[in-house]
Formats: sequence, C-alpha cells, structure tokens
Amino acid sequence: MEWRDQGALLSMRRHGETSAIIEVFTAAHGRHAGVVRGGAGRRMGPVLQPGAQLDLTWRARLEEHLGSFTVEPLQNRAAILMGDRLALSGLNAVVALLLFALPERAPFPALYRATVALLDLLGRSDDWGFAYLRWELLLLSELGFGLDLGSCAVTGVKEGLCHVSPRSGRAVSVAGAGAWASRLLPLPLCLQGAPDDMAGLCEGLRTTGYFLQHRMAAAMGNKPLPAARHRLVEGFLRCAGLSAAPR
Amino acid sequence: MTDPPGDLEKLIELMARLPGLGPRSARRAVLHMVKKRSLLMAPLAEAMQSACETVRECLTCGNIDTGDKCTICADPARATGEICVVENVADLWAMERSHAFRGRYHVLGGTLSALDAVGPEDLRIPLLVKRVADEGISEVILALNATVDGQTTAHYIADALERHGVSISLLAQGVPIGGELDYLDEGTITAALHARKSL
Repeated sequence: MEWRDQGALLSMRRHGETSAIIEVFTAAHGRHAGVVRGGAGRRMGPVLQPGAQLDLTWRARLEEHLGSFTVEPLQNRAAILMGDRLALSGLNAVVALLLFALPERAPFPALYRATVALLDLLGRSDDWGFAYLRWELLLLSELGFGLDLGSCAVTGVKEGLCHVSPRSGRAVSVAGAGAWASRLLPLPLCLQGAPDDMAGLCEGLRTTGYFLQHRMAAAMGNKPLPAARHRLVEGFLRCAGLSAAPR
Repeated sequence: MTDPPGDLEKLIELMARLPGLGPRSARRAVLHMVKKRSLLMAPLAEAMQSACETVRECLTCGNIDTGDKCTICADPARATGEICVVENVADLWAMERSHAFRGRYHVLGGTLSALDAVGPEDLRIPLLVKRVADEGISEVILALNATVDGQTTAHYIADALERHGVSISLLAQGVPIGGELDYLDEGTITAALHARKSL
C-alpha cells in the first residue's frame, strides 16, 4: 500500500530512541498515523512541530498496518507563532480539537481546507479569531452536530436573530425567544455578517463551546474538551477585557 | 548458541532497557564488566547502590542531589534574585555546563501538553509561583525548549507570574554557534530574523 498527499502535522510522539509516530490531517486520508524513521532526531526536530505542512508518502504492507511516512517539510508554521501567545494558543486548540474529535482515516476535505487556511492565518492577521470561530462551527457541522443559524426556529423569520437554542442548535429571534431568552445561548452579530468584535467572538465561542462539550464530546463518551481550547478562550476573554487576571 | 546464565541474563535484560543500549550492546557491556569484575563491576554496583539510597529530588527546585536541598540551592555564592526555569534535570545540567548562569534553578518536570493531557497542576508551576512570591525574586529566565509545547508553557508561566511584577525573559532563538544558514531549517531562520539585533 502506498499513497502520497500533503497534510498538517497534528502530533509527534517518540517511538524508540530515533523514530517518531506522527499523526497528520490530510485532505484525502483524513487523520492518519504512521512511523517516521529518524523522526526523533535532531535534524527532524524543527520539521515535526505541530501545524507544520508536510509532503507525505505513506507505505505499509497492508492497509490496516500503522505504516511508515516519508516526510518532506513544506511549511513550518510554529516558528512564527512562538512569540505570539494567543496565536500559539490558537494552534494548540486547533490541533487538540482535531485530535480529540476526528476519527482515524476518514476524509473531511472541506474541514481540511478550512484548517489549512486557518493555520496560515494564525499570527499573520489580527482577525484570525473570527476565522477560528467559523472553523469550530464547521468542525461541528462536519461531525454531524451543525448549527442552523439561518432562520428562527420559532417564528421562521430571518431577521433579528440573537439566540441559539441549546436543545436544537437552531437560531432564535428576539420575538421567538420571549421569556426563554435567559436560557438560550448568544448568537453574536459577527456570525450574521456584521463587523467583527471581540465581545461577539467570546459570545460565539461560548455557544460553540456548549455544543462541542454537550453534543460532540457527549457523543464520544463525555470526555472533557481539551484544555488547550479553554486556554485559548481565556486568552480571548482577556483580550476583550472580559476576564480580570490570568490564573 | 547457549544462553547466558540466569543472573547474567537478568543483568543483560535490565541493561538493555537503558537509553542508548539494545540487547546486543547490553550483552557486550555485561561481558566487559564480568571481565573487569574488581575494577569495574564491583565499584559500579557499589556506586549504583549508594546512588539509589541517597539521590533524591531537591525540595526547593526539583534538581536531583543527595540531600533535601541541592548543592545549587545551598550555595551562598549563587545569586538569589534570579531563577532559571528549565524543563528537566538534563536541561539544568546543560545550563550548568555553559557556566553562563550563576543564579538558581527551577525544574518543571515537563511541559504543558494537550496530547498527553499534562496540565499546570502536573508540573511544578504552582511551586514556582510560590517561590517567586516568597523568595523576593527579581528575574525569571524561561530556558524552555523552542518547541510548541515548550513555548506554550513559557507563555503560561509568564501569565501566571504577571501579577508578581517580576521581570520575565526568554532564551533567544536563532542561528547556533558554528551554524551555516544554508543548512538551517526555515523556522530557525525566521526566528533568527525576528530576533535580529542592531550592531
């Protein structure tokens, strides 16, 4: 068995003294693991950092085997993020959520394209946080827990939407919410085409966080979401001045 | 081929678990020790027994030594206002080999890792915060690896120490001494360019 593809590195673990087992996210093969001979060596250390874009050739005798990768570096994304704590948290959150949520060897081409675009945006643009929020919505959608934010679940109107029902994942308008408004999740304007703002981003992350935890993670045995996501949300809250001090 | 006798087989099996040794090299090392029994094997066994009984973690910094307080923490000549934070004891030894730092250390015992579910409570970060508060530290030098996990940990520590008003610095990243640009990876060159300084 052999295939060649490009992918983003999700994780690297030492295997023995010189090799490494890596997990990558590729367009055609999804999340895929394999051994890299010499991957734990000094030469490969800078190459095998999370987020790196790699040219991969995977070989194994049988398809169900772990197999081994031959790796060529295409782009090292971690290096420019090292000094940017929020962008580094973003990289950690993306990688941790993909490792947490994706099944092995199942392709998600749309999610892959969005992931690569987001990783390229980290640290290079000030508004990557909003791209991250949309990426979380896409992650939910690709895994079967998508939100329907197009029209009100109660009245059917497409204007004045400002809540999300935690039960159905559908948008709810002010009129439709009525006395239930306090029990609903926020639907920030930045998800409806309005200009981006930090407070809206934090509200949006609260909403996606609810569905990631109570729908996606619940379906996976109720494991807690990765701490890397919590740290990223904390970072955004501090940027927005909504959280007092670091822990 | 006959197997080595029971005791030797056990010794070879244990030696083969050491980093850098496999079954074949462990066998060679054991044979060498048997040949030099009084010169090497007996003193080695004695030294290992002694180290096993006396070596422990320093209660202050996490270094390993033979007392509750390591020689670095107990040395009055060491600057008391500076702490160099390292990931593990091997990194501390590397810093000491350079003779460039004459303050004290704090060994974290690892780095934050989303993959391995290592959180701040699993490391000696709360102890570091306590030391900074109690010992009147003026500067914390974060000598952590230039990896995603290492730098994530560095940023986390910087956040945790923010309210203590202590100066926090990070080791520079860039071209190693004797390094040739042509052989450097693009990440290192990018880091070096970002950290350039005027002449």
